[in-house]
Amino acid sequence: MKENRRRERIDRPIKAVTDDIYCISSFREIVYLMLPRALPILILLIAVFFVPLYWKKVLVITFIMAIMAISWDFLASCGLISLGQALFFAVGAYISGGLNHYLGLPIYVTVPVATLLGGVISAMLIFPALRLRGMYFSMVTLIIPLMLMRIIEATKILGGTEGMSGLSSLPGLPFSISVSVLAVFAALFGLRRLLSSDNGMIFLALKDNDRAVEASGLNTLWFKVKAIYIGSALCAFCGAFMTHYYMSVGLSAFALDLSIFPIASCVLGGIGTLAGPLLGAVILGPLSEALRSLGTFRIVIYSALLIIFIAGLPEGIFPFLKRKYEQTERWV
Amino acid sequence: MECLRVEKIVKTFGGIRALNGISFTLEEGNLLGIIGPNGCGKTTLVNVITGFLRPSSGRVFYRGKDITGLRPSKIANLGVGRTFQMVKPFYQLPAYKNLVIPLSSPKIRRMGEHYGDKDSVALDILEDIGFERDSSIPFQVASVLPHGYLKRLEMARVLALQSDLIIFDELYSGLSLAEVASMTPLIQKLMSAGKTIIMIEHRLRELFRIADRILVMDQGSVIAEGASRAIMKDPAVQKAYLGVELKR
Repeated sequence: MKENRRRERIDRPIKAVTDDIYCISSFREIVYLMLPRALPILILLIAVFFVPLYWKKVLVITFIMAIMAISWDFLASCGLISLGQALFFAVGAYISGGLNHYLGLPIYVTVPVATLLGGVISAMLIFPALRLRGMYFSMVTLIIPLMLMRIIEATKILGGTEGMSGLSSLPGLPFSISVSVLAVFAALFGLRRLLSSDNGMIFLALKDNDRAVEASGLNTLWFKVKAIYIGSALCAFCGAFMTHYYMSVGLSAFALDLSIFPIASCVLGGIGTLAGPLLGAVILGPLSEALRSLGTFRIVIYSALLIIFIAGLPEGIFPFLKRKYEQTERWV
Repeated sequence: MECLRVEKIVKTFGGIRALNGISFTLEEGNLLGIIGPNGCGKTTLVNVITGFLRPSSGRVFYRGKDITGLRPSKIANLGVGRTFQMVKPFYQLPAYKNLVIPLSSPKIRRMGEHYGDKDSVALDILEDIGFERDSSIPFQVASVLPHGYLKRLEMARVLALQSDLIIFDELYSGLSLAEVASMTPLIQKLMSAGKTIIMIEHRLRELFRIADRILVMDQGSVIAEGASRAIMKDPAVQKAYLGVELKR
């Protein structure tokens, strides 16, 4: 019988396009499609329950940073390379901090309000820069958070250099950890769904060629504003969440780290994949924490590792895994 | 009926006058060819008409409506479609998804559900312009398609938009003779469908075969205007193209 069997190489995504209703064609296909989506969820959910307390706290921060990275990746997919994720983060952080500090609103109000309003304010702040394209846009996004930071410092509004402290805390670690896990998956799968829809195609097309989008009768400025709103609202949520997690907000919300970490995660995980940044953040977050005992030397190891990955796997970890997974061979 | 009227368009870039008072009108259903040496301002003119550049002075009217200074997307929605000289496909999207972008425009959406599912409409359009439907070509990512297909894709975008005035900016450039020969019937088909067309072209022989009228530009001005065959006999045109007048 053996001579009748041959190895067949299948490129599953093309098969999926041509089969059309591939998803329910067989149990095998269902497993094939579900496994890469279910596996990371299961691993993270299990990890959340079984790691020691200290690492649980690290995981919360990692997930929040992963949302920032996913947001960066989404904006990059729309051709808007942001070097100022910290701006969006800080806007959310200061809105929820301010609402809580001055008006005494509970976190169930401040976090949602900061998310939605933060997106609007960030989009308004970035709006003048949207006339610029490519690198020039990125440079402005780098400057705006630094500028706002100095404004708060100089005018002493919103707590000035001291910031605002003594804010309401989140109700316990289990709450924070479940909210952050849910948020990261909501962001990941929500944006993936958006980008695979017809409206999402317009966002992707913006990156390739915004003039051709304009010639297709679509107002590119409006779509860029929408993209910035979605991306910054996610970051504003992170800011609001961390404000209540730390029970304080200060100028550190504008820190350059907050702009750099998402980019590093995306480069490591794979730009333009959305899942890659999550993978990158889950690697980089705990790693930088594990190396903390080494003091300043950890930056050396951290950087060396990044360089090794960039040189050795420039496409990123996720596209590499995806390719290997899709180009399977099977016996028929 | 008058489709497009361009009135005394001037466009300066710093000290350079790219367009120096261009005026012309175009009747509904006609094919106007615009020719001229490199750098004479043909593409600048297209950019001004379609809103990608704001003219320094002068006005553009489309079907009696002043469209000067409107956003390019607004002008596209009014029914003025254009292609780009340098192909501008959406490289990371499959060919048929490239057409989903124009099919999402307000102009097409206003036509409502009669127009059908976007993907199948896109595949129909691609089939019309020579993407073999049963092959994998319409599903290929645009970045792997050969140049000839990208030019067609550029044209498909205008077809998907169902523009009434179509401006082709050097549609034939970079195409082989066979490809040009296969494109010409597509343009004739558009004309028989009642579309108004402006073609900017360097392939004069192919252009003269289908054009109703030719406009010759040099250094930002219109130097001659007339029927296809006669225009090359004009001494000013010969001077612009050859540097000297042809002596017989």
